[in-house]
Amino acid sequence: MAKLKIEDLKKIKERVQGETSLRAGERRVKVTVHMGTCGIAAGAREVMDSLMNEIEESGVTDVVVTTSGCMGLCSREPEITVEILDQDPIIYESMNPNKMRQVFKRHILEGEVQTPFVLAKVTEQGK
Amino acid sequence: MQELSMNILDIVENSTRAGASLIKISVTEDRRDDILRIEIADDGDGMEPDIVKRALDPFYTSKTVRRVGLGLPLLSHAAQITGGSFAIESKKGEGTTVTATFGYRHIDRQPLGDMPTTMTTMIAGNPGVDFIYTHRSDDKDYTLDTREVKNELEDVPIGHPKVIQFIKENIRDSLKEIGAGR
Repeated sequence: MAKLKIEDLKKIKERVQGETSLRAGERRVKVTVHMGTCGIAAGAREVMDSLMNEIEESGVTDVVVTTSGCMGLCSREPEITVEILDQDPIIYESMNPNKMRQVFKRHILEGEVQTPFVLAKVTEQGK
Repeated sequence: MQELSMNILDIVENSTRAGASLIKISVTEDRRDDILRIEIADDGDGMEPDIVKRALDPFYTSKTVRRVGLGLPLLSHAAQITGGSFAIESKKGEGTTVTATFGYRHIDRQPLGDMPTTMTTMIAGNPGVDFIYTHRSDDKDYTLDTREVKNELEDVPIGHPKVIQFIKENIRDSLKEIGAGR
């Protein structure tokens, strides 16, 4: 029977523990990937996967990823919501792995909203 | 849906929304009997019998943001066109089990697809939920139990990108090892 290699997992644990980085509680950015039936059928899993890869490669530790259901705008899927601390959340539409990489690099890391992909900006009133 | 693994991700999303804390996903490839079997069992809220009956109606949904609910009907359809079967068992307060069987070699059977990414997507997206993934390929099998992983990780979150990467590679290698099909 194929099994998990506990030794390798231990190494990862030690490496992660050794990072002098921000830990849970000090989250600067939260990205929500909308994973309804519509989102998944439109490619949300690949969007999420490219986001996880980008985070891993860049080594940032203050970005958390979560999933949620459908918002009711199924034709605009895959959608993601980017919430940066002290800023209005931005919802992006019709995402794909390439757009996700661009949003990650330009918006999440450098702070420049990628307007062409934006579906909506969630303001206080709109919440 | 292009792949059955996407359907699995979708059905699991139902389980997490039903407040499940442990979700068991099992995939069985039985080439001798020409059957592919997918089972998703959760310990979530479960459904009343009349809701179970309506769950396969694409125009029924428990959500309010839209008027259709296609997840279960899509999987049911994908199973039935291959000469397979589909069943939902649910008990209010105890949980729900969804089982789909497919004709393994049937020409209309969708590929299983990218199970490693399906698993890591649900694990990373729902770090508070535990998953047991069992994949049987004829007489070989593989099991991933996130409770074991979390035990080993101690204070390191299971959703950490390095851990997710590790789990994905582990699933990928293991599926190859047991001769899992597409």
